[in-house]
Amino acid sequence: MSQLNLVIIVCLGYVLSLFLVAFFAERAAAQGRAGWLRSPIVYTLSLSIYCTAWTFYGAVGNAARSGLEYLTIYIGPTIVMFGWWWLLRKLVRIGRTQRITSLADLVSARFGKSNALAIGLTILAVIGTTPYIALQLQSVTQSFEVFAVAEFGQRGENSAQTGFWVALGLGLFTVLFGTRNLDVNERHHGVVMAIAVEAVVKLTALLAVGIFVVWGLAGGLTETLARIDASELGRWDVRPGRWAGLTLLAAAAFMCLPRMFQVLVVENEDEGHLRTASWAFPLYLMLMSLFVVPIAVLGLESMPAGSNPDMFVLSVPLSQGQNGLAIFSFLGGFSSATSMVIVAAIALSTMVSNHIVMPIWLHSTGSGASFSGDVRDVVILARRLSILGVLFLGYLYFRVSGGGTALTTIGLVSFAGITQVLPILIGGIFWRGATRIGALSGLAVGSAIWLYTSFLPSIGSGFAFFEALQSDGLWGMSWLRTDALFGIEGMDPILHTLLWSLSLSTITFLIVSLITFPSPLERLQGAQFVNIFQHTAGPRGWSGGTAQSEDLMVMAQRILGANEAVALFEREARMQGATGSLPETNPEFLERLERELSGSVGAATAHAMVGQIVGGMQVSVHDLMAVADETAQMMEYSSKLEAQSDELTRTARKLREANTKLTRLSVQKDAFLSQISHELRTPMTSVRAFSEILRDTSELSQEDHTRYASIIHDEAIRLTRLLDDLLDLSVLENGQVTLNRCDGWLYELLDRAAATAQGAGSAQDLDIRRTKSDEEVWLSTDLDRLTQVFINLIGNAHKYCDGDPPKMWIRVSQDADQVILEFADNGSGIAPESRELVFEKFARVADQKAGGAGLGLAICRQIVRSLGGEIRYVSSDTGAVFQMNLPVTLRFS
Amino acid sequence: MNDLEPHSAAPQREPLFLERDTYRRRRLMDAAGLLPFVVVFLFSIPLLWSRGDEGPAVSVVIFYIFGVWLVMAIVTAIVSIRLRDTTRVLQDDMTGHAPE
Repeated sequence: MSQLNLVIIVCLGYVLSLFLVAFFAERAAAQGRAGWLRSPIVYTLSLSIYCTAWTFYGAVGNAARSGLEYLTIYIGPTIVMFGWWWLLRKLVRIGRTQRITSLADLVSARFGKSNALAIGLTILAVIGTTPYIALQLQSVTQSFEVFAVAEFGQRGENSAQTGFWVALGLGLFTVLFGTRNLDVNERHHGVVMAIAVEAVVKLTALLAVGIFVVWGLAGGLTETLARIDASELGRWDVRPGRWAGLTLLAAAAFMCLPRMFQVLVVENEDEGHLRTASWAFPLYLMLMSLFVVPIAVLGLESMPAGSNPDMFVLSVPLSQGQNGLAIFSFLGGFSSATSMVIVAAIALSTMVSNHIVMPIWLHSTGSGASFSGDVRDVVILARRLSILGVLFLGYLYFRVSGGGTALTTIGLVSFAGITQVLPILIGGIFWRGATRIGALSGLAVGSAIWLYTSFLPSIGSGFAFFEALQSDGLWGMSWLRTDALFGIEGMDPILHTLLWSLSLSTITFLIVSLITFPSPLERLQGAQFVNIFQHTAGPRGWSGGTAQSEDLMVMAQRILGANEAVALFEREARMQGATGSLPETNPEFLERLERELSGSVGAATAHAMVGQIVGGMQVSVHDLMAVADETAQMMEYSSKLEAQSDELTRTARKLREANTKLTRLSVQKDAFLSQISHELRTPMTSVRAFSEILRDTSELSQEDHTRYASIIHDEAIRLTRLLDDLLDLSVLENGQVTLNRCDGWLYELLDRAAATAQGAGSAQDLDIRRTKSDEEVWLSTDLDRLTQVFINLIGNAHKYCDGDPPKMWIRVSQDADQVILEFADNGSGIAPESRELVFEKFARVADQKAGGAGLGLAICRQIVRSLGGEIRYVSSDTGAVFQMNLPVTLRFS
Repeated sequence: MNDLEPHSAAPQREPLFLERDTYRRRRLMDAAGLLPFVVVFLFSIPLLWSRGDEGPAVSVVIFYIFGVWLVMAIVTAIVSIRLRDTTRVLQDDMTGHAPE
């Protein structure tokens, strides 16, 4: 079997094993046995996609050309990792709490979810990554060619074809494992596992080649060092500016490259992994760069002049007849290329589909995201097409550029392109004053300078127009020459680009941010991003399905009640076919749970609560506003309820009072009935008895006859009076009374009433005190009825006042067209419990002196009311006081 | 609604002095923050050396750079591993504005 065919077979076998690794990792993750997939070591190894084929092959080439300068590409990320406390920790925390899916997503989220920024960044990322993908394809085809040259002694004719098949295979792999699931967290266990395996392969391959070179070829460590010092690379001769610039470039690229952001932030399972990676990844980089110089030096020594130093890793073992080692080394390079392409394609496709395809699709269908299944399909399709599109672009660039340029140069151009994000990224997460307009302007300025000074010259070396730009500047203006902006010549091209693009874009970003005003959403997001450690309660590790279910259960119990929650969860678990009582937290279950909870606490609140437990996701402004709305509604409702309940309490109190009064009235009525029967019966008994005597006794003296007859007469009068009173009251109450208006002086009425009451009175005289001058009030009303009231009041005092001696004061005052009369005595007054009832019919205040039928005050009140006034009992210390308001002139209604 | 409260809660006043354990953790966080500056400084030292024929042999530079690399990785590892317990306890106040 020929060498080349062996390589192809090994290569296919390797790819197949990667498929298997990814497949089993996905399956393990789906079955929840993914604990080992989430170890910090896997995370660290996945970061190794930083080391692409550019590093694997190109570092040696770089070292062969410029000595130790290649180290800057590794030292940059090393410094970033050592400084994880400052930057990466914050980035990862933001990424996890805000559920960031890509670099573009992060930047656009920070600047008020600006779609323009996201689109700009996506385009920049695609432009910056395309040459890099081309670079990987080129390195794979070149490495194939090394074997072809070794076997057939000539360059293969089908490099373009090789590139095509590699691109297609990678596309297939990425589509299969990169878009299998549309996970909210955008994590791909299969892919991460595969690239972790590839990380191990490429490291061991490079170490194997290095060990072979040092101990197999050069003959030991000291020998190797001596040969290094003796070689043309043996002097320490770096340009400090380029050293610092390239270190900065590599550090920036490490954070800003879409694929690095994907593995660093998006695929991060646990913030704690960063702690391990902070020292383990620098070690990995150190090992990757350890043998680069020996390989370069020995390659330069042993290989014929003019051979490509970029391929020394492969050609040196091959030229020494170490075919097995060469194939292993080839696999290392292949791993570097494929893992980079896969992750870059995933990262870019996420950006393209989320920020370009989906907005356009949603806009064109105009339907909004109401059909979730529909959108999922569209998103997955968009992802797949984007992956294939990105890879096709890379292939196109590879074909157009012809694969002639040295690998390092293309890599640096790419790095410089994506570095334009750095100012707005750093500014965005550390400075609350950064605004969307500022970020857009800064990005635009930086990208334009990069395109003009770095990207166009890199692809345009064969075109007259671009060459004219380089020598004469745009429109012939020499200060716009692509390698000497503003007339400053002699700078290293990449430093030139970096200096002008970063400085001008940073200045633009800062100044525009200072003079523009951010929208409320921008300010909110800015505060959240900058103060991320104050807003989030610590790293929320991935806690697995069961733990989340338990949390949800606890919450549901609080809201729904213990039994209902248990029943709900058991029902859900049965529906999912699970054996335990806790269901898996899949979207359907969460949706139903949310609906269930929203019945109790409102939809927005339920959403926020479930989100807090499940995703560690942030509550959006809209969510908060909805929560506030619901709360306001609830508060309004509860205050209404409170008012109603107050009213009910008041009504109930009134009803209770009324009931008490009714009960008392009923008792009084009963008492009256027995009283009235007694009152009627006593005279009736006398009348019957004396009339029987008159009838049956013949020898009565005239004197007795007269006495008995007058007794009968008196008793009949008493009966008549009682019946008159009852009739009178009934007439007054029914409002059928006819009032007879006359004019007269108040004191005349009182005189008359006092005389009448005294005349009919009892043994003890009532001392009535009056002030005549006050009583000179000319009344125009029913004087007879009014006199009746006065007689009644004075008579009552006469009968009931127990003062010694009994006294009565009649006070008169006038107010506008009203006259106010007060009848006060010095008795013991009326007991508090009876005060309300004195004006009721049949009310008898005191049992001890049975005088009338208890109708007097009731009649008084009816009369006063019909005269347009009011009479009431006023509580007082000194005795009973009746107060009466009366209009001076009666108005007929 | 309890879950939402931390976002709106008024900032609590932190104590001015801390217990010994917490104090140590704070210093560890300081160390973690200091590391990148030390690394930048150490990796910049070779730039001060003279270059070309008068400069040191490349093997010396290689020893220096890889030595720094290894030592700093070990130091970072020690700090990071000891910080492991810290992050759990001090979840909320890793803001850098900490009491001493």
